[in-house]
Amino acid sequence: MSFYSGTAFFAVLTVLLLIEFIIGGRGKKLCAYHLLVSLVLVAAVLWGTPKMLLWSALYFLMELLVVKLYEQVHKRYGRSAWRYRSFLLLALSPLVFCKLCELPELKEMGWFQFVGISYLTFRVLQIVIEIYDGVIEEVKVMDFAAFLLFFPTFSCGPIDRSRRFVADFNRIYEREEFLTLYGEGIKKLMLGLLYKFVLAELCFSVMTLFQVKNFLQLAGYAYSYGAYMFFDFAGYSLMAVGTGYMFGILVPDNFHKPFISKDMKEFWARWHISLSEWFRDFVFSRFMMLSMKKKWFPTRLAGASVGFVVNMLVMGIWHGLSLHYIAYGLYHGLLLAGTEIYQKKSVFYKKNKKKRWYQCLSWFFTLQLVMFGFLIFSGKLF
Amino acid sequence: MEEKILGMLEEICEDDVIREERDMDLFEAELLDSLGFAELLVTIEEEFGIVIAPSEVKREDMNTVNKILEMLEKRA
Repeated sequence: MSFYSGTAFFAVLTVLLLIEFIIGGRGKKLCAYHLLVSLVLVAAVLWGTPKMLLWSALYFLMELLVVKLYEQVHKRYGRSAWRYRSFLLLALSPLVFCKLCELPELKEMGWFQFVGISYLTFRVLQIVIEIYDGVIEEVKVMDFAAFLLFFPTFSCGPIDRSRRFVADFNRIYEREEFLTLYGEGIKKLMLGLLYKFVLAELCFSVMTLFQVKNFLQLAGYAYSYGAYMFFDFAGYSLMAVGTGYMFGILVPDNFHKPFISKDMKEFWARWHISLSEWFRDFVFSRFMMLSMKKKWFPTRLAGASVGFVVNMLVMGIWHGLSLHYIAYGLYHGLLLAGTEIYQKKSVFYKKNKKKRWYQCLSWFFTLQLVMFGFLIFSGKLF
Repeated sequence: MEEKILGMLEEICEDDVIREERDMDLFEAELLDSLGFAELLVTIEEEFGIVIAPSEVKREDMNTVNKILEMLEKRA
């Protein structure tokens, strides 16, 4: 069984959603039941490869230990930077091993290879970071387990925030409120099915028509691949968000009409939103704040440019250690830095940015940059 | 305190309109972005000794001059 594909999964999901429809919003606390459902489903998916199940269990226990230990350390020593960084590194280390073991040289080792680890790590890291910030004081084991194992978003996000999730998870819904949310969930789930199983499939068939021999073929491939990526991932995300709603969790949306963006900054505010907001809050902002405090750069603009490149490079590496992922990150980092410099410095931009012809041109140009980015990401170029 | 905060905001947003329009959405008006927001948090920490983490507050909680004033007065 795998998430959001095949008869088995959707059959189980249908039954679970029917049960939810009957028991939801009746003034009862369903936390324990919901945790059990997630636990069973995640186990059922990972069961196919027992090794995956073992690695994920080890991962879970290790991260729980790291978080609980850091909670105690923070209570005793407060905002101690080196202790914080050590725990952050510790929480990150399984993902580092996982990514290293994807390289052909280390394939044999196979450490921490299981579906979802990339996304789980975001959730663990933000908890460690927010303990340091003093925003999270105590992590309850049950909340932690529910947050990490929440089955609708287990494999590929959207990346929720722990405090938001925990509040929803422990909330007792009134029937009417629950039904509204449930209806909204059905709508999203259905739209997701349409995106993923009809539109993405269609784009995929178009994509396979191109042989990638000349420029036009390559362009055709890039466009259909981009459209496929959108419908496939936005479709999955909609299903995850919709399912989440039906379990009473307002999972954040992941896509908001990305192809109407008029510049690259806008694109990242509309594409894989939960990822780019995570990076904004936990990488970019912190890098910028540190660099401002330590006065690493002569101007704010220079700092921002480096910040964008660092931010997107880390994002690229997170996708995998292959050259095309790193190039993808670097490409978007440079584009964002370029956009920032252009928008802050160019008189032409400031004069014309509100005009219709400029916005049309800017939209067209941005779309080409976005599609070229997908071409890099696809690995077809190198 | 209020004057000090207004001065700080004026410098970060590079516009004195913030003194007049205190309920204007600073992000929508393009006076603040992720970058300006980071600078705002650093300045608040350095000038007032109030530590606010970037993930702690939602943009909607700190997107107008009045909301920023209120938050800082509450935490000071």
